[in-house]
Amino acid sequence: MRATHEAHLPPAQGTDAAVQPPPQTPVPMNGAPAHPQHSLHTSSAQQHEHPAKAAAFVANDARLHWHDQAVWFIRAKRDRVSSAFPEWEQLRALGSQIKAHTLSRLADYLEHFEKKAVSLGAQVHWALSAEEHNRVVHSILASRGVRRVVKSKSMLTEECHLNPYLESHGIEVVDTDLGERIVQLRREPPSHIVMPAIHLKKEEIGQLFHQQLGAPAGLSDPKALTELARQHLREKFLGAQAGITGVNFAISETGGFVVCTNEGNADLSTALPPLHIACMGIEKIIPRAKDLAIFLRVLARSATGQPITSYTSHFHGPRPGGELHIVIVDNGRSRILQRDEYRRSLHCIRCGACMNTCPVYRRSGGHSYGVTVPGPIGSVLAPHLNPAAHASLPFASTLCGSCSDVCPVKIDLHHQLLVWRGELGRAHLVPIEKRVGSAIGGWILARTWAYRFFGKLMRSLLRRLPRALVYHRWNAWGRQRELPDAPRYSFREIYRRRRGK
Amino acid sequence: MSDVALFVPCYVDQFYPQVGLATLDLLDRFGIHADFPEAQTCCGQPMANSGCFSDAAPLARKFLDVFSGYRYVVCPSGSCTSMVRHHYANLLPGEPRLAAIGGKVYELCEFLHDVAGIKPRGRFPHRVGLHQSCHGLRELRLASGSERRIAAFDKVRDLLEGLEGIQLVDLARPDECCGFGGTFAVSEEAISCAMGKDRIADHERAGAEIIAGADMSCLMHLSGLLRREHKHLRVMHVAELLAEATA
Repeated sequence: MRATHEAHLPPAQGTDAAVQPPPQTPVPMNGAPAHPQHSLHTSSAQQHEHPAKAAAFVANDARLHWHDQAVWFIRAKRDRVSSAFPEWEQLRALGSQIKAHTLSRLADYLEHFEKKAVSLGAQVHWALSAEEHNRVVHSILASRGVRRVVKSKSMLTEECHLNPYLESHGIEVVDTDLGERIVQLRREPPSHIVMPAIHLKKEEIGQLFHQQLGAPAGLSDPKALTELARQHLREKFLGAQAGITGVNFAISETGGFVVCTNEGNADLSTALPPLHIACMGIEKIIPRAKDLAIFLRVLARSATGQPITSYTSHFHGPRPGGELHIVIVDNGRSRILQRDEYRRSLHCIRCGACMNTCPVYRRSGGHSYGVTVPGPIGSVLAPHLNPAAHASLPFASTLCGSCSDVCPVKIDLHHQLLVWRGELGRAHLVPIEKRVGSAIGGWILARTWAYRFFGKLMRSLLRRLPRALVYHRWNAWGRQRELPDAPRYSFREIYRRRRGK
Repeated sequence: MSDVALFVPCYVDQFYPQVGLATLDLLDRFGIHADFPEAQTCCGQPMANSGCFSDAAPLARKFLDVFSGYRYVVCPSGSCTSMVRHHYANLLPGEPRLAAIGGKVYELCEFLHDVAGIKPRGRFPHRVGLHQSCHGLRELRLASGSERRIAAFDKVRDLLEGLEGIQLVDLARPDECCGFGGTFAVSEEAISCAMGKDRIADHERAGAEIIAGADMSCLMHLSGLLRREHKHLRVMHVAELLAEATA
């Protein structure tokens, strides 16, 4: 399996949170384009979304550990290659500073990018929302009579639900990244932004290819499966009338942009059809070409533990005789930009390192988050789109902080998760049992006498009550764990006696 | 009145008095005579962690009332120390006493290592796995951690390494989270326990007899799992370990 995944590990491009609506299994919290008024509607079922899905994932112990090991393997590779890199921490700091600077004058850099890109012969479109993005892309395709499109990996187009939109208008869209193609054939969303099919074993992919691509039954050799997919995709590339790609970095200074893949599928998607549409979030901009050197060095190392992606393709205007359209999308990003406490989440270069290191992600799987970008960064971004629907995500973390320390652009992810918790609390989007427990606990703990009294009472009850009254079905702690023994005297009681008071 | 105050986290006060006593004795042994201001209760982390900042704010204010007069506040918990040092600003924006308290409150190992400059001498002939709590590790920076590419250091290990006979075992994932996570332990019970079991398995494979840590909350969680499964591996707070070794 691992070999299969390594064969298709293109670092993420494209952007933000939100789920590609899984056509057969609707996910209730799919981060539909920003509708702040959704925050008024919530149910406890939504609030418990992640814990329930995570529990289902954990129930299969063998698969849980297989997934944990497969993802940890990538984290370990990242550790090895970054260790061989003496200036690693300097690069993280520089990358973070460049992003912070860029965000501080984002409009200027974007407008300069537009000017330069147009002077190179590209056409630039602006889209405020996911719907507008989809309309723009469709109108470009429709006006040229395009019926068949190939797409290289783009999280932004997933976020905007572009595929179903185009399909509903009679246009065939084929994802050409191997992992993306696999999940597209399964009609499910990716479970990881860099390794979309990391949740699948090679045998399951063999089964899928047997059913849909005519592979012999029982085939599970990663090389053979990859070759089969290559043949299948080659037909799609040759028949395509347009190619859609994401953007990893757009360079304000030059008007050019960069797409990183490991399979060269972005290159085939753009070199064969005459029409190239590149979709990017507003935060993909960097000021200068030389800044690329910082980001390219940390991107692949953080994402997959590779020194660099196999293909780092630079686009400067359309190819001779072709057309290039760049669609620049906001879809809620400018709202994040306005918030001091969350702004740094727009530094994200979609490397996925926070997922690989996250002990919760590794043990709950990407689908447990119910959003296109899962893991710590997804849990920070998704509530911006719909706080009520994604209220469980900032709590799907122990706040261990490993994500913040692996992040190549130093996003303070676990602190943002805590800030989100406070914001959800103020909006009454925290589950009722937490709110009640917190109010009672807070009242008691704010009064020393009450704390002493109830502490003593609790210990006394724990010592005296029959086990069945302590370890009942509502005691989640006690399902798999013993409570600590309740001692007769608290520390403060012993201390007081010692002091002879 | 001493200029050093002892802050004993609420759950340690109630469930693990021996850890508070070990902390007190250990400090005494090194000539640091700490007060225990009896009005103290809880730092407020359980409420803040649940997103209920308004329930946590009075506790943060109470903490400041009780402890602001001291030169040092020593606490045998990395997590509670980090709450006070790093997160009170979220709870009490604009509170003038915050600037000072951050520089006063120390986790026990950090205090022994950085402030008191102590190298404990003693004997502890056991195979010990060191479980760094995440907040001690990544909020207080008690050690360099496996993610960052900086010169390696580990203040807790420094305190233990000088003990005669101690064998600190090598873990496959030296700083993987145990899965406690405060209210996470209950609201995400399945993942929490899966993480705890993996953490225990790592210590077992490394041949540890004892899991030692500077946060009793991690150890309460791990110990709960160990006792349910009747395992021989046991947990010990670093304060208890050092108090026993240097007795």
